Amino acid sequence: MTATAGTMTQPPHRLGWAEWLDRHSGRIMVMPAVVVLLCFAIFPLIISAYLSLSRFALAPGGFTLRFIGFANFRKLLTGSQQYHLLGAFGTLGIVQWIILAATAAGLLFLLVRYFSGSPTVVGTLGRLVSAAMAMALITLAALTFAQGGVPGTVVTTLLYVFVGVAVQFALGLGLALLCGQATRGRNFFRVLFFIPLMVTPVGIAYTFRMLADMQKGPFAPLLQAFGIGEWSWATEAWSARLMVLVGDTWQWTPFMFIVLLAAVENQPRDQVEAARLDGANGFQIFRDITWPAIAPIAATVVLIRLIEAFKIIDLPNVLTGGGPGLATESMTLHSFIAWRTQDLGGSAAVGYMLLFISTVVCVSFFNFAVRPARRFES
Amino acid sequence: MSPEKRPLLRRLFEPASIDSQAPAAKFITYALLILWSLVVLVPLYWVLITSFKGPGEVDNGPFYIPFVDFQPSLAAWDFMLLQNYTLGPYLNSVMVALVSTMLAVLIGSLAAYALVRIRFRVKLAGVAVFLILLVAVIVAVATFGVPWEIAVAVAAALFLIALFTFVARTRLALGNNDIEFWIISNRIMPPIVAVLPIYVMFQQLRMLDTQAALIATYTAVNLPIVVWLTRDFFAGIPLDLEESAEIDGASKFRVFFTIALPLVRSGLVATFLLVLILAWNEYLLALFLSNANAQTMPVLVSAQNTTRGPQWWNMSVLIVVMIAPVVVIASVLQKHIARGLLVGAIKG
Repeated sequence: MTATAGTMTQPPHRLGWAEWLDRHSGRIMVMPAVVVLLCFAIFPLIISAYLSLSRFALAPGGFTLRFIGFANFRKLLTGSQQYHLLGAFGTLGIVQWIILAATAAGLLFLLVRYFSGSPTVVGTLGRLVSAAMAMALITLAALTFAQGGVPGTVVTTLLYVFVGVAVQFALGLGLALLCGQATRGRNFFRVLFFIPLMVTPVGIAYTFRMLADMQKGPFAPLLQAFGIGEWSWATEAWSARLMVLVGDTWQWTPFMFIVLLAAVENQPRDQVEAARLDGANGFQIFRDITWPAIAPIAATVVLIRLIEAFKIIDLPNVLTGGGPGLATESMTLHSFIAWRTQDLGGSAAVGYMLLFISTVVCVSFFNFAVRPARRFES
Repeated sequence: MSPEKRPLLRRLFEPASIDSQAPAAKFITYALLILWSLVVLVPLYWVLITSFKGPGEVDNGPFYIPFVDFQPSLAAWDFMLLQNYTLGPYLNSVMVALVSTMLAVLIGSLAAYALVRIRFRVKLAGVAVFLILLVAVIVAVATFGVPWEIAVAVAAALFLIALFTFVARTRLALGNNDIEFWIISNRIMPPIVAVLPIYVMFQQLRMLDTQAALIATYTAVNLPIVVWLTRDFFAGIPLDLEESAEIDGASKFRVFFTIALPLVRSGLVATFLLVLILAWNEYLLALFLSNANAQTMPVLVSAQNTTRGPQWWNMSVLIVVMIAPVVVIASVLQKHIARGLLVGAIKG
């Protein structure tokens, strides 16, 4: 496009081919990457926006597209597909009201605290968007988890993202701290614990289906001893979701572990030893030395994991096929199913909503968790 | 008081020196680590031994140890690898993963190097005009039925006119950090948003279900990771060598291939392995873009899941051959791959 390399200062004279190549080398080096991303990211993104606003139909020899405005979104948010995307709403009980009130109060408190400082226009807008998104998602979760409610694909995806990432972070951190204590065999554990991260998710899904089989799986005798051999996890919403989370945790805990272990190994040794000499206990050392040292890295790995977690499809698709009902269907799987039923407009609309939610959540997390953690360090 | 004189309980719960753990704490540490080792190994072990079972060994309840409680057989291996068409998807997977990774590393490291070493200024107005024209072309073609050749030609002409008139006079420009951020931020986009148009695009080009379509798409998807990682490796090498080569008259490309690339060799290996494994494991894009011809292993396994789901022995063979290469690479080259992850995570 309009790139100008900063090194171009010589007066123009007749150029040979090689010289021309050298003068524009910067642009030529970046151009392939830019073209590839334009073709496979920006261009599709715009087409997708257009698809989400139209009705797509196969016609003899090709297809027809008709512009229908926001009808696809309306169908998903308030119309016939609402139960699929958002879920069915129950009546809020006292617990849900308390959670909602606490969330609203917390968000208001944070906003007020920001306004009493020195607010900027961009900062205010960003905080309002983040707060609105947080409130909307928590309200949605409360409504669908309430008595009589059924969670849709948005809430299921959020469950995978937030519960999954939290559990993986806790386990990864715990293992990293344990492994940091182990003087012998640390490299053995490092290599072994790393493996699941690299295993193909589709393979993990089927393997966990075999492991969790109630009649023929390795744990079947144990389950029968407890008298639950006849029960099946695949027919109940919560146990099916739990299975997806277990598979996801098995795969992604290593990522947290490997990065956090490197961070733990880099914590200031002399401070830890000095604290120990002064008689500090393990928890105090963790709170005052280890955690501040690893916080920026911890925030970054959580961010990377958040970004990837929103894209989940392989595990639910192979493990449960999204069932029972819609219980384990993620938004990506929802979009895929809409595509398979020729509803390209609806599929693109779901994809766009996923893009919107994941971008707002990830950018908010970057601004309000990763950045403060990094400032904390310096 | 020497350690031997202390009462047993205190010896168990108090460390002998300041650097070591008390024996009881050490025991708990290792017990937990071994417990998690089992969590890691049991699924892998189970899928491996199941591949040597037959219908009888699977259906008559769980058997755990080959040669002890069941007689392993190679029947499932023979059936899946020799009598079924597994080799095709396997070669597709190898081909697509290797070629797309090589392309992504080449294109990505070129861009990363240029972004580290050369200062760019891209006029913001130019980018805006480009995007507006792109949207206009798409709307004109899709809604008003304008032939796409005409729309593109008009848009290109308007773009050039804009470039040489008012865009040249604007000041606001994007620098290297902005370009880099844009490239990396593509990773945030869920692939499901982009895959529908990519599907339609390859359909129009009659390239659906080909290895080339998968290779091109995988290259694009993994490009941001390559730029993100290699950028730090290039930033870490000293300038002197490159400068002296440039004084000797070497072109930027020559410097890149003969000096810069060899210097970041180990970083490139880390990036290559990481991207290779991501491409090998990729599922969603292959699900959309391949059918019978270019099918990759993850798609094959998930498709067999519905028809062969109850045939554990056959499915296990497929899964073992699918995950064996990555498990071997991960355990032998763990240090290199982890290096890629660490650079990415720690730099941010």
